[in-house]
Amino acid sequence: MHNRLLLRGSQIGLLAVLLLIWHGLTASEILPPFFFGRPLEVGARMVDWFVSGTIYPHLGVTLLETLLAFVIGTLLGLGVGLWLALNPFASVLCDPYIKAVNAMPRVILAPIFAVWFGLGIWSKVLLGVTIVFFIVFFSVYNGVRDVNPVVVANARMLGASKRQLLRHVYLPSATAWVFSSLHASVGMAFVGAVVGEYLGSARGIGYLIMQAEGVFDINTVLAGVLVLTLCALVLDKLVSMAEVRLLKWRPGAVGAET
Amino acid sequence: MVTALALERVTCTFPPRGDTPPYTAVAGATLAVQPGEFVCLVGPTGCGKSTLLNVAAGLTTAKEGQVSVFDQPLRGLNTEAGYMFQSDALFAWRTAFDNVAVGLEFRGVAPDEVQRRTSEWLRRVGLGGHQQKYPHELSGGMRKRVALAQMLIRDPKILLMDEPFSALDVQTRALMENELLNLWTQDRKSVLFVTHDLEEAIALADRVVVLSAGPAAGFVGEFKVELERPRDVAEIRLDPEFIRLYGEIWGCLREQVAKAYQQQLGA
Repeated sequence: MHNRLLLRGSQIGLLAVLLLIWHGLTASEILPPFFFGRPLEVGARMVDWFVSGTIYPHLGVTLLETLLAFVIGTLLGLGVGLWLALNPFASVLCDPYIKAVNAMPRVILAPIFAVWFGLGIWSKVLLGVTIVFFIVFFSVYNGVRDVNPVVVANARMLGASKRQLLRHVYLPSATAWVFSSLHASVGMAFVGAVVGEYLGSARGIGYLIMQAEGVFDINTVLAGVLVLTLCALVLDKLVSMAEVRLLKWRPGAVGAET
Repeated sequence: MVTALALERVTCTFPPRGDTPPYTAVAGATLAVQPGEFVCLVGPTGCGKSTLLNVAAGLTTAKEGQVSVFDQPLRGLNTEAGYMFQSDALFAWRTAFDNVAVGLEFRGVAPDEVQRRTSEWLRRVGLGGHQQKYPHELSGGMRKRVALAQMLIRDPKILLMDEPFSALDVQTRALMENELLNLWTQDRKSVLFVTHDLEEAIALADRVVVLSAGPAAGFVGEFKVELERPRDVAEIRLDPEFIRLYGEIWGCLREQVAKAYQQQLGA
């Protein structure tokens, strides 16, 4: 307990030191504040956003896009991953295409999605989905193929039908793999949303950043980046909480704190 | 008389993989297990004991020969049989209780009956107080107890066991063997028990059969064990008849073990 407090204190201390160095360097103009911003002004900007409430519509849109991309991408990845892993023929058939699509830098799809779906939220959601989908898909796909064959044989000997095998053996095994990929995909869902907004939108944190950048307001750009980081941290924490609840059967998973 | 489980001239060949030529693990093996009989299958490591058991379970199909279950030819999985695996085969995401209950759930038994029978079986294998623990929270011996209850709750007529206790320490192992004999005595199912431990085989079985070293392993010896039941596996090892049988069977097994060892060195 004592150790944990000490650790937390040191972590906050490290942050404070970094902020102080930043403040010192920019206040003494060793680093030009025009390019590197000023921590106090960045903080003031964030406070102003939340106090005046101007941030909420933007933040709401970005979070909505992120969550939609996250949920849709995860469900699709889970479904397709399970399906392909259990169908050797389909898996061999699709293999080169999956590799190709995964190798493609998907951010370049953003302009195409903008043309197809306009400047609303769906072009951003779709960009996020294409990123999240593959992260989840690959972990489920590999996860299912790694399911202990002895456990599968045991379930069959205990009378499991194909459906029951999927529901009671493959799905629970895959859950562990899904969670390992969810931490990565939370951040990537944000990337999809913000990059999409950055390339063309009328709302969202990415839009705010783009506007501020247009007038060289580096403080606002950094404030936007920090708000996004905080949101990603909160979402990651939520995933961890869900993980502890759903994977309490896993050795070492109980109460795991990072 | 009906035979519980019969393997007739069973041959198992594994298809070639890469540079390895096809491998015939078992060739022309014939074995019959009578209702209520406890048969132990011993043989050197890697001789195809597990392969034969998988064939009897319907998990592997024999290339040649036939398997009959209560005089009916086996097609697909052997639904009359329960299987206990050498390695851990429990569902890690289910508690001890849910692991034992799973066979009844698959069958669609009503929830309150599942509840009643599962509690009953957990008590019988001595796990009454550990129902809500996950497999990783249980000791090796406890996990084997869960696996035993998981298999027995479905009331299979034939038990197929693949070195189920080989991963346990000596004392726990003796406890589990006594537990198994105790449970088996209550309703005398047919058992085919694979082991490489001759002492375990004699202590448990009515009959010990010896499989030769692979490839193309076949049965080379068959020995009736007429030791009195109930037995205590720890004490029976000192019985003069046990020692005599051990010498006799070992005489047969030794040659095969030496042959298998030579092959391993050569490979």
